[in-house]
Amino acid sequence: MSKSINVALIGNPNTGKTSVFNQLTGLKQKVGNYPGITVEKKQGSCKLPDGSKATILDLPGTYSLNTTSLDESVVVELLLNKNNKDFPDVAVVISDVENLKRNLLLFTQIKDLRIPTILVINMADRMSRKGISLDIEGMERQLDTKIALVSTRKGSGIDQIKSLIADYGSLSNSPNLDTSRIAPEYFDRLQKAFPDEDLYKLWMVITQDVNFMPIEKKRIKDATSFTTKSKEELKKLQHRETVLRYQFINSALKETYKVDLNAAKGLRASLDKILTHKVFGYLIFFAILLLIFQAIFDWSTYPMDFIDEQFAAAGEWIKNTLPPGVFTDLLAEGILAGIGGIVIFIPQIAFLFLFISLLEESGYMSRVVFLMDRLMRPFGLSGKSVVPLISGTACAIPAVMATRTIENWKERLITILVTPFTTCSARLPVYLILIALVIPEGSILGLSYQALTLMLLYLLGFGMAIFSASVLNKILKIRSRSLFMVEMPTYRLPLIKNVAYTVLEKTKSFVFGAGKIILAISIILWFLGSNGHSQDFKNAEEIVNQRIDTEGLSPYSQNYIQNNINAHITNIKGEATDGSRLPDPRISEDSLKVLTAQLMERARNQEIASYKLEHSYIGYAGKAIEPIVKPLGYDWKIGIAVLTSFAAREVFVGTLATIYSVGSDEEETIKNRMAAELDETGKQPLFNLASGISLMLFYAFAMQCMSTLAIVKRETNSWRWPMIQLAFMSVFAYLVALTAFQILN
Amino acid sequence: MITVAELGLGQKGIIKEFSDSILPIKLLELGCLPGNTVEVVQVAPLNDPIYINVNGSHIAIRRSLAMQIEIDIQEDPTSK
Repeated sequence: MSKSINVALIGNPNTGKTSVFNQLTGLKQKVGNYPGITVEKKQGSCKLPDGSKATILDLPGTYSLNTTSLDESVVVELLLNKNNKDFPDVAVVISDVENLKRNLLLFTQIKDLRIPTILVINMADRMSRKGISLDIEGMERQLDTKIALVSTRKGSGIDQIKSLIADYGSLSNSPNLDTSRIAPEYFDRLQKAFPDEDLYKLWMVITQDVNFMPIEKKRIKDATSFTTKSKEELKKLQHRETVLRYQFINSALKETYKVDLNAAKGLRASLDKILTHKVFGYLIFFAILLLIFQAIFDWSTYPMDFIDEQFAAAGEWIKNTLPPGVFTDLLAEGILAGIGGIVIFIPQIAFLFLFISLLEESGYMSRVVFLMDRLMRPFGLSGKSVVPLISGTACAIPAVMATRTIENWKERLITILVTPFTTCSARLPVYLILIALVIPEGSILGLSYQALTLMLLYLLGFGMAIFSASVLNKILKIRSRSLFMVEMPTYRLPLIKNVAYTVLEKTKSFVFGAGKIILAISIILWFLGSNGHSQDFKNAEEIVNQRIDTEGLSPYSQNYIQNNINAHITNIKGEATDGSRLPDPRISEDSLKVLTAQLMERARNQEIASYKLEHSYIGYAGKAIEPIVKPLGYDWKIGIAVLTSFAAREVFVGTLATIYSVGSDEEETIKNRMAAELDETGKQPLFNLASGISLMLFYAFAMQCMSTLAIVKRETNSWRWPMIQLAFMSVFAYLVALTAFQILN
Repeated sequence: MITVAELGLGQKGIIKEFSDSILPIKLLELGCLPGNTVEVVQVAPLNDPIYINVNGSHIAIRRSLAMQIEIDIQEDPTSK
């Protein structure tokens, strides 16, 4: 047989559904989106014992089929739409042995849709510790299904799920609950109005705000023989349904599920006492935060430096190996630089998600939400805003995506809007170079001014996020009454495999999501920077050569060459005096000549590149915006860098490197070059305390990130919010930078 | 009227019959049904949110919601 069996994995959150999915499918899975919405769609395939194939769909976690979020609607829509190509031949409901009662609520609902349903009882390894004993056969009879007892931690029972799936034809598809018992008279009329349809499906259509085939909501509303009830009455009936379901479950488990409370030993109680303690709870959370920051900002520098070097080397290699031309330039300076700009952030993103998924898998994250909720609420945020705000220190893109867990739309929107204020890692290179330039060395109470400045900038970002949240909380008139509820799962050791999958998946979605935009922008920037329409641009080489021949190299280049030569001479002298090499004046002279020629050639090329950039399209753009940025203390060159870094903040440093024609991204050279740059009067350095602080403040507040705008558009489903965000942040950043410069100058 | 919000740390109560439309259906699904026992496991600073164990479900809810769940206080002889 060639057709594969469609299997839907369904279950409450925290039941280990994803672990079951991972173990069933291994690496054969793909993650996408449901068309038109942002809910993740995970699909994989699995080979069954009888040789046939199964397509496994991992549906979003849900407590029941009464939907309150988009994620949950996906589940209901799929289960009701027989025409959907993913419609399951068999549903596998994953439950957790400790919370079986609650998990069975969802099970009975799915079974009542007359879909063949298998029950998986996961976490069987915890049974003896919790004093739980099961009568599987009795339970199978009571619930009218087949059960697989599974432990994903030990990897047991997975084969049994596979053989039950292969044998799905033998499953009963009769319902657990007689729907008409909810309200006999009402359902009687409903059945009479639609004699051909299944009652429970009709009930779902009436109560759920989802669209599906073949019974349309409209048809029921239009039916003259049948009057629907008011919202209040329907809610009453839903309550009654829940009570009836629990009655059924209680009687089914009465004889088959036993808990010996004396045998139960709980880690939960003792851990909760410490981790949610009024003092220790916060101290522990603070310590964990410090650890995360340490990883993001310290440990990840090693792989980042490595990546940086590799990309620089690859660029050089391409330039030296391929024949020179537009294509080579595009490859080396546009595409490769663009990809490098994305890959460089992978270590930080991976570290961040490593920690977040460890904290989530272990059950700790719910405790943080519990601790922080009340403290965040005055600002219009929720305890669930903590994860996005922490993520924001690495990158706003995954942070904005992490807001999906916030049920309340207003709280979620505010979180999305303020997250970009937190200091993301792309700001770091900009801050570092400016701090090194304009903040004096020296220290107060053992803390260096430079480190203090950096810390202040971080606090400023976070403070601004909180402050604007409370402003938004007052301005936004969104009434969204939705329930805040956090499940506090049992503590468990995270499964390495799950953590690895999460890190891999999130990193991939960052690389491909944000990557596309960053890559596109860097190609556009490369084009605008290496092309121009003016005569000055076209004849750049001749003009600069002529200038150098008549006026000599620029003062900076001359200085640079002189310094290098001096260093070289000292070097030779040093070698001569410590006797490591015999002084041979001829050799020294020759090497000096070669070096000088090399340096001259390099300086000439750099000045040409610089002149070209000045007269390229982007150069003209920079000159055009100079009047706007001048009050902030910037010249047209910084203007260009601000403009290009709209794509992504870190582009700022690279652009300045190109403009100042230092030819390499090496920080020390750019820094020296920037320090040597004079303002228009030609008397004092362009980068002084006033302009430096003004720039830092600008980068702290401005929405300089296309990818974030794109992701906000996706998550809020309209251009309205990203545009408001862009306008507000840019104007605010401009005003703050303006004020700072005018006062300090 | 006594609600979950009035319970102290470690105290238990039994959920009373409530008029159908007050509580969100989500809460019922998690086991917040009349007759079931609620225990307050932990209370966050400023007395909000409240971390409860109801029918084996461990959940944290905000005080405003806890104030809607009516209970009868259950005296636990083992607690002081």
